[in-house]
Amino acid sequence: MPSSLLVVQILNGLQLGVLLFLIAAGLTLVFGVMDFINLAHGVQYMLGAYLAVAFYSLTSSFLAALVLALAATLVFGLLLEFAIFRHLYDRDHLDHVIATFGIILFLNHGVKLVWGAAPLSLPMPELFSGSVKLADGLLYPVWRLVVIACGLLVAVLLYVLVAHTRIGMLVRAGANNAAMVSALGVNIRRLFMIVFGFGAMLAGFAGIMIAPILSVEPGMGDTVLILAFVVIVIGGIGSIRGAFLAALLIGLVDTLGRSFSVDILRLVMGPSPARTVGPAIASMLIYLLMAVVLYIRPSGLFPAKGR
Amino acid sequence: MKRLVLLAAVAMSLGATVAQAQEKLKIGIIATLSGPPAVLGQQLRNGFNLAVKALDGKLGGREVEIIVADDELKPDLAVTKVKALVERDKVEFVVGPIFSNVLAAIMKPVTEGGAILISPNAGTSNFAGKECNANFFVTSYQNDQVFAVSGKHAQDSGIKKVFLMAPNYQAGKDALAGFKAFFNGEIVDEVYVPLNQLDFSAELAKIAAAKPDAIYVFLPGGMGVNFVKQFRQAGLAATTTFLSTFTVDESTLPAQQDAALGFFGGANWAPDLDNPQNKAFVAAYEKEFGAVPATYAFQSYDAALLIDSAVRQVKGNVTDREALRAAMMKADFKSLRGNFKFNTNHYPIQDFYLVKVAKRPDGKFETQIVKKVFENYADPHAKDCAMK
Repeated sequence: MPSSLLVVQILNGLQLGVLLFLIAAGLTLVFGVMDFINLAHGVQYMLGAYLAVAFYSLTSSFLAALVLALAATLVFGLLLEFAIFRHLYDRDHLDHVIATFGIILFLNHGVKLVWGAAPLSLPMPELFSGSVKLADGLLYPVWRLVVIACGLLVAVLLYVLVAHTRIGMLVRAGANNAAMVSALGVNIRRLFMIVFGFGAMLAGFAGIMIAPILSVEPGMGDTVLILAFVVIVIGGIGSIRGAFLAALLIGLVDTLGRSFSVDILRLVMGPSPARTVGPAIASMLIYLLMAVVLYIRPSGLFPAKGR
Repeated sequence: MKRLVLLAAVAMSLGATVAQAQEKLKIGIIATLSGPPAVLGQQLRNGFNLAVKALDGKLGGREVEIIVADDELKPDLAVTKVKALVERDKVEFVVGPIFSNVLAAIMKPVTEGGAILISPNAGTSNFAGKECNANFFVTSYQNDQVFAVSGKHAQDSGIKKVFLMAPNYQAGKDALAGFKAFFNGEIVDEVYVPLNQLDFSAELAKIAAAKPDAIYVFLPGGMGVNFVKQFRQAGLAATTTFLSTFTVDESTLPAQQDAALGFFGGANWAPDLDNPQNKAFVAAYEKEFGAVPATYAFQSYDAALLIDSAVRQVKGNVTDREALRAAMMKADFKSLRGNFKFNTNHYPIQDFYLVKVAKRPDGKFETQIVKKVFENYADPHAKDCAMK
């Protein structure tokens, strides 16, 4: 196996990993801090992509589209929190699931009404539209490297924000014991709202960054949502660090599994059965990983302290 | 008094004939109108409606009532919906669906319920062969034929090494088998990806490492949009010929745009097919719906023309199914694809083309015909069909 192919696949794995991290970060905060299961988180990712396409067609500038779409997803996240989610916090998880699932259906259909069912596309910013030659005959798009870099940057920012600022301290304290934080005179509802809006914006950011690579279509958030839940389960609910490491792990396992499962199986069986069994095993790998992690460490690899 | 009774009887019989003449011909459309593949179902519905509009709201001289149902790409739901169409609404024809798995599910409820099923897209091999059905007509193709176009072209044009990729489900396996049936060169690798995979970076790296002359893919809908963009971004388009089925067409091109330029597909029609009826159709469709029609739209337009011709021949009396079927078999209409007739299994015998993505002067994208690959091509399953 050529080593350059391995390098490319590792980069691909990292790129999927940071994308999952951007989505899972918001999800794990909302779940960990507010004990709220938000299935509609994937919809924020979809909205980010759609809004970027819409703003791009208005401004013809990727940067402007990025900034406007980020602001819009933040506002939309706050709006959802204000209008719907805050009435659900005190209810049990089943109500969360049903209500947020309803929002998925509603918004998936909503974007179809507004933008149509056909997939849309967002052009890449000119500056990053080139590619670098990684292996013979294979060019690696610069944009994918930009996505990786942005993801890592956000990870660092989040770490500083959560571990070294006052608001981060409140978030961690809120995750630990919300009633006590409230009793100490902190407006916990407002804190929740900020966390929620921020999480929504991160998911929207993921959608915007990936839009030049993937097609923008209704329901695009549903598949990544499942992966994001796997990430927060493996990483430990409420833990940003856990989400980061688990996202990279999932990204790498999934990509490398898809790339090499057939080749590895060919060593022990014929090419035809390997071709049938390989993809099946590859698509199961991350769930097997989740099962193993849950068996060994039921609260995830890096659970938030105090839970 | 006697005269009055007579008058009343005359009035009543008059009233009855008037009512009969005014009773609308009911047609049900079943298509996928929600979820990511909704755009295909919309093309189907639009194509049919356009034909009815072009014929002044009448098919075969009878006013038409069209009832549209969304199958949501769920076979079980589709069965419920077509049962409602056939049993409650008493439609004479059901037109649809887009997807093969839905077709398999609705075949019995529609045909045994007494309606005639016309598929303007899905055309599976089982219903072309052993399970062929007197009340089932296809205005599209038998699926294998479209896959064969790329295989035949690869073989004829001297391509030596091909990399194959398709989703891991029945149609994906049929696609690769259909390609291989006509291609004798080297298959460097055969990759099955999960249905609805979005990121193909891992597979692209493999393609680059394998260095094939061409790739052949069957990646319908959003998968194709993603793959085409990423294939272009990886710089593979410069060195590798792109052959495909249902991957680059007018339903996906608005999103793929320049990334798909010069990529090949196989089809029984293209918007630039040169005949007067097709030119009129494409112009009317674009004016009405603001988009370039794809095969789904034209095949469902043809389905409406088929109903029109048959109902006209039986003079609006569709209750005599024997006569209606015989009239349909004649296919006495000007198909948008030109050359068209039905085989004994009610699937078309028609020409197939290699098509290529091009940008029109007005900036819109469409597939254009490069060359004819098959002429009067009948599917190989007809011999297994008991109908003669």
